[in-house]
Amino acid sequence: MAATDIARQVGEGCRTVPLAGHVGFDSLPDQLVNKSVSQGFCFNILCVGETGLGKSTLMDTLFNTKFEGEPATHTQPGVQLRSNTYDLQESNVGLKLTIVSTVGFGDQINKEDSYKPIVEFIDAQFEAYLQEELKIRRVLHTYHDSRIHACLYFIAPTGHSLKSLDLVTMKKLDSKVNIIPIIAKSDAISKSELTKFKIKITSELVSNGVQIYQFPTDDESVAEINGTMNAHLPFAVIGSTEELKIGNKMMKARQYPWGTVQVENEAHCDFVKLREMLIRVNMEDLREQTHSRHYELYRRCKLEEMGFKDTDPDSKPFSLQETYEAKRNEFLGELQKKEEEMRQMFVQRVKEKEAELKEAEKELHEKFDRLKKLHQDEKKKLEDKKKSLDDEVNAFKQRKTAAELLQSQGSQAGGSQTLKRDKEKKN
Amino acid sequence: MSKGLPEARTDAAMSELVPEPRPKPAVPMKPVSINSNLLGYIGIDTIIEQMRKKTMKTGFDFNIMVVGQSGLGKSTLVNTLFKSQVSRKASSWNREEKIPKTVEIKAIGHVIEEGGVKMKLTVIDTPGFGDQINNENCWEPIEKYINEQYEKFLKEEVNIARKKRIPDTRVHCCLYFISPTGHSLRPLDLEFMKHLSKVVNIIPVIAKADTMTLEEKSEFKQRVRKELEVNGIEFYPQKEFDEDLEDKTENDKIRQESMPFAVVGSDKEYQVNGKRVLGRKTPWGIIEVENLNHCEFALLRDFVIRTHLQDLKEVTHNIHYETYRAKRLNDNGGLPPGEGLLGTVLPPVPATPCPTAE
Repeated sequence: MAATDIARQVGEGCRTVPLAGHVGFDSLPDQLVNKSVSQGFCFNILCVGETGLGKSTLMDTLFNTKFEGEPATHTQPGVQLRSNTYDLQESNVGLKLTIVSTVGFGDQINKEDSYKPIVEFIDAQFEAYLQEELKIRRVLHTYHDSRIHACLYFIAPTGHSLKSLDLVTMKKLDSKVNIIPIIAKSDAISKSELTKFKIKITSELVSNGVQIYQFPTDDESVAEINGTMNAHLPFAVIGSTEELKIGNKMMKARQYPWGTVQVENEAHCDFVKLREMLIRVNMEDLREQTHSRHYELYRRCKLEEMGFKDTDPDSKPFSLQETYEAKRNEFLGELQKKEEEMRQMFVQRVKEKEAELKEAEKELHEKFDRLKKLHQDEKKKLEDKKKSLDDEVNAFKQRKTAAELLQSQGSQAGGSQTLKRDKEKKN
Repeated sequence: MSKGLPEARTDAAMSELVPEPRPKPAVPMKPVSINSNLLGYIGIDTIIEQMRKKTMKTGFDFNIMVVGQSGLGKSTLVNTLFKSQVSRKASSWNREEKIPKTVEIKAIGHVIEEGGVKMKLTVIDTPGFGDQINNENCWEPIEKYINEQYEKFLKEEVNIARKKRIPDTRVHCCLYFISPTGHSLRPLDLEFMKHLSKVVNIIPVIAKADTMTLEEKSEFKQRVRKELEVNGIEFYPQKEFDEDLEDKTENDKIRQESMPFAVVGSDKEYQVNGKRVLGRKTPWGIIEVENLNHCEFALLRDFVIRTHLQDLKEVTHNIHYETYRAKRLNDNGGLPPGEGLLGTVLPPVPATPCPTAE
């Protein structure tokens, strides 16, 4: 890989110069490692498998601890992912472990879309990393990497072959994540059936073109062990957190009436192999593959989707500038258009409002005029009435004075008579 | 599927799962701390070994630039540092080659190996610096070169199909050679360091320190430190990048006592007390390069190579390069930080270096 990079550079005109003494840069890997140790590592595992296959138990067994979580029921309406992060510490190494588990996988009646939430979750992690990488001000070296480094696919121990759901899901996931298939609850299968099952599974995977994760064999120190392990895939595992006393040691095991299955016994199951491979030998390689292969692929697809290209059809390199320029102009043009639209709408609205207000004003004026007219009519009427009343009053007064005159004349004559009568009464 | 991990809650609340998947970048949940030592060995610490193996396979790049007037012993010092002929000495130029009219930048790469670790060392020499009569702006070609390396790296990083290992030509460390006048820093020194301490890690070095006595040396160093501080020049290790208390105390000691290192370089060996040592022979004695009583070369070597090599690279990558990148992407119309690369335009590489003043 990159050892050849340096070798290539040597060929390109850099000479190898012999050292005349101890310089001291062989401490460089130590410096690097110390830095990483102080920052801590992170590792994210995704467990995909049907409900009840022992995913949580296996995680507990692998990491020697009891993680939180309740077992899921079979009645989930859709596939969901449940994710938990734990800080593990061993000697001076701190590991941020994230375990993501599928809940409800394989329980629905219609499983066509079961793989979708998983793929979306993995893509979302890549997307988050990509966003961070594309930011102007970014802090990549302290970024908590949430991309999935390893996917443990739990195969049900039917003993026959892979289910079609398994094939479909694995096919969708193989280009996005490192898949390590494992046979769960393998104490349900006998040894002979197991070998046949494994062969069947590997042949089915090959014939369907599913690329599972191969342990790397290019580094001499691990090539041998990785090579042999590759032949044992998929691992048949058993998980158990219960410790039983066997011989004179406490071991993790499952007790049956017909015997005890020991988890860490290589003759009983491949758990030890899985732990070796996953944690003790290849953890770094898993992380690297995720970053350099799966993430780069995602990034490339995503950027191409957005319209960026490295070379145009004539395979002249497209300058990034031009692409950005074009995109930016497009974007600006859109913005301008939107602005225009908004402005137009605003003007329209103002016009409408104005018209309304004018209408209202007109109405008010009319009303005022009407009322005024009414008022004037009323007033006139009242004045007429008043006038007529006055006339009547005058007429009455006249009649009254005339009547009084007459009466006073008459009473003078008759008045004396009344006086006489009164006098007679008195007497 | 639960995007946006919830905080660590009790078991009862665990069943609260977000119903519909929403593409939100997953935020890490507050981690539950578990000490696995109590429960049996898992093997997590093997990751250190795995990492070491991986880095040894990958190999390292290191680019060191030496700046200073001619005759200060730059090439000799670099050869002494790396115990090999990595730098061609000016004295071995042909007669026909004149002193350059402007500052030239010469980068020569070598591959050296030690203890299974392969390193590609590039020594960038700057002949002509400070040698003209009028030295105005003689740091500009150097600044331009440094920014060009950042630009190269940025272009590679922004590519759609990028290489697995982007070749790193960025200058990780710049050794600036101060002339041992014994008085103070020259205006040229101050100007250069002022401009460049913002784009690259500068390590000031007092050259040809065998011309000063011990008292003169310590006085000169104090004066230099004072001047650098007064002028606001932050040399490596910069105060602001100390990550934790341990780093701070260690670096403080270096900053306040040892730097700038007063060094003597030599590639000739002499016999002293039965041992063969690198040194300079004078009528009045042999100056041993690696003797701490004679000069501080050993301190410089340990500092640069044995303890802080990785840190030099990291500060260059995480801080100087990121500053350059942010500036470059922001140059286009003040987009607020945090806005993505997409939707911005990278202006053409400016002919003059990007302004380094914030």
